[in-house]
Amino acid sequence: MQRAERLKSVASSNALELSGVSRVFGALVAVDNVTFSVTAGERRAILGSNGAGKTTLFNTITGDFPPSNGRIRFFGEDITELPPYERIRRGLRRTYQNSQLFRGLPVLDNLYLAVRGVGRRRMSLLRPGEDHPARVAAQQLAHAIHLEDVADRPVSELSHGQQRQLEIGMALAGAPRFILFDEPAAGLSPAERRELVDILKALPTHIGFIIIEHDLAVALQVAETVTVMHQGRVFKHGLPADIETDPEVQRIYLGGRHG
Amino acid sequence: MTIAIQDTAVRSPANVALHGRIAKYGLLGLALLAYPLMASDFWIVQIGAQTLFMGTIALSLMWLGGYGGMVSLAQLTFAGVAAYMVAVFGVSNRPDISLGWEWWAAIPVALLIATAFATITGMLAARTEGIYTIMITLAIAVAFSLFCRQNYAIFNGFAGFAGLKPPSLFGLDLRAPLPFYYLSLAFAAASYVGVVYVTRSTFGLALQAVRDNPRRMRAIGFNVYAHRVAAYAMSGLLAAVGGLLLAWFNGRISPGTIAAGPCINTLVMAVLGGMVHPIGPYVGALVFILLQNFAIDLIDPERFNLVIGVAFLIIVLASPDGLVGLWQRMTRRRPEGGSSQR
Repeated sequence: MQRAERLKSVASSNALELSGVSRVFGALVAVDNVTFSVTAGERRAILGSNGAGKTTLFNTITGDFPPSNGRIRFFGEDITELPPYERIRRGLRRTYQNSQLFRGLPVLDNLYLAVRGVGRRRMSLLRPGEDHPARVAAQQLAHAIHLEDVADRPVSELSHGQQRQLEIGMALAGAPRFILFDEPAAGLSPAERRELVDILKALPTHIGFIIIEHDLAVALQVAETVTVMHQGRVFKHGLPADIETDPEVQRIYLGGRHG
Repeated sequence: MTIAIQDTAVRSPANVALHGRIAKYGLLGLALLAYPLMASDFWIVQIGAQTLFMGTIALSLMWLGGYGGMVSLAQLTFAGVAAYMVAVFGVSNRPDISLGWEWWAAIPVALLIATAFATITGMLAARTEGIYTIMITLAIAVAFSLFCRQNYAIFNGFAGFAGLKPPSLFGLDLRAPLPFYYLSLAFAAASYVGVVYVTRSTFGLALQAVRDNPRRMRAIGFNVYAHRVAAYAMSGLLAAVGGLLLAWFNGRISPGTIAAGPCINTLVMAVLGGMVHPIGPYVGALVFILLQNFAIDLIDPERFNLVIGVAFLIIVLASPDGLVGLWQRMTRRRPEGGSSQR
């Protein structure tokens, strides 16, 4: 049986497989029996109105809240019972809708910790030298997210847009295989949005992701496939062009804005 | 281009600040070394040495509270465990209980047991946050003190142990004022330098990050709980070092030394000095011990708690991050004021 499981995992090219995932808060069913899979390297947008269960779905995948029901597989391995940090160490990453950063620490230390978190010797009592591989990796990340000029500044001194960029940098640290982006464009100016799209498009092709995004222009520029959620369920799945013109989707998600 | 950037970095403000810091520490170090030469025995031991080891116990709280965001009232308890264990394993006035081990065996075992005790406390307390952490650590502190008072087989009940003294090294009596002061200074300096160093280590940075945002820490692969417990272990070792000196200073250890009141005094010292920098607890301990010794001259000795309470209120209302925070704000040159760490 175990051998069969393993063979299945090798054969599977899915980065992420959700089967029958639900999450209940008291009487509220925030995520209701969601089943879908995302192949390795695929880039998927999740659309849906507020309260459709998108962020809760992310929280069940990362283990912030374990699912009430259902199973979650990551590259074939069942991660449903694993604590969040174990999922991260397997290559899963996420960003948050509201930036979750270490405000008292400089940008570079934020990125450095993100690199160390998935490495060895996380409790080292030694100070890392500037030439430490993780320090160097943090510098490179600061460059990749266009923050090298403010790398030594504490996070509390950054602008909102810069904090959103750092939020993405935290998810890129340490060889991610799959990333969950939770509304990365929220509160950004048009110029900052273009910068964000550039950063997302510049990601190595083997890194797949799911992006929750209210800005359709951003979502459809970076996503290959789209899943629409409504009231905790998967409502529709398809290519960006089909979803954009689907009358039912327009009715529930766009609220007739485009109609 | 790269070379030009590196060249300017050599003379960067950070480097100038580093040199300034070395000069400041050098001066402070010299002053502390020279202090006994111009002070009486009372000032050397009662004020000087006591400030140094009580400051170290308060430092263990500053490490946990300031960097880890966990306020523990059990720090003096960890110190007390070390003090009791050095009495139990070493030499005391109760040879029927004490095992009479040599100091080089008794001291490491005492430090180890105190650290283990702190680790177990951390395993319980790190599951809680905020006010609940304070309550659970206070409960542990009170329970341990009461247990020591009622247990005669190991802890010798109400009387505790007397006749505790530091080892004699090379014929030097470490209980004499001058050697005891320098012993306290050496332990305090090692603890202080250790904390300052570890603060910028991977573990120390991670602890501050756990304080700022535990959720994100989990989302970048850290086991937040393990980090918190490890922080308790380190704080236990620091407190235990202070506890040994406390036992040798008093020559005894009894339940009253580690009762709830003195445990809270440790918090008062750390907050008075400020939880923003490792020097804070020492400043706080100095102010506290000066008030404790001279309140008698200002007001009735029974009213010491009133004096310390009023002083505490004035300082905390004027500066929530204590005397060190006040000092930092007064001497900060940058007009924008920088950012508060908390």
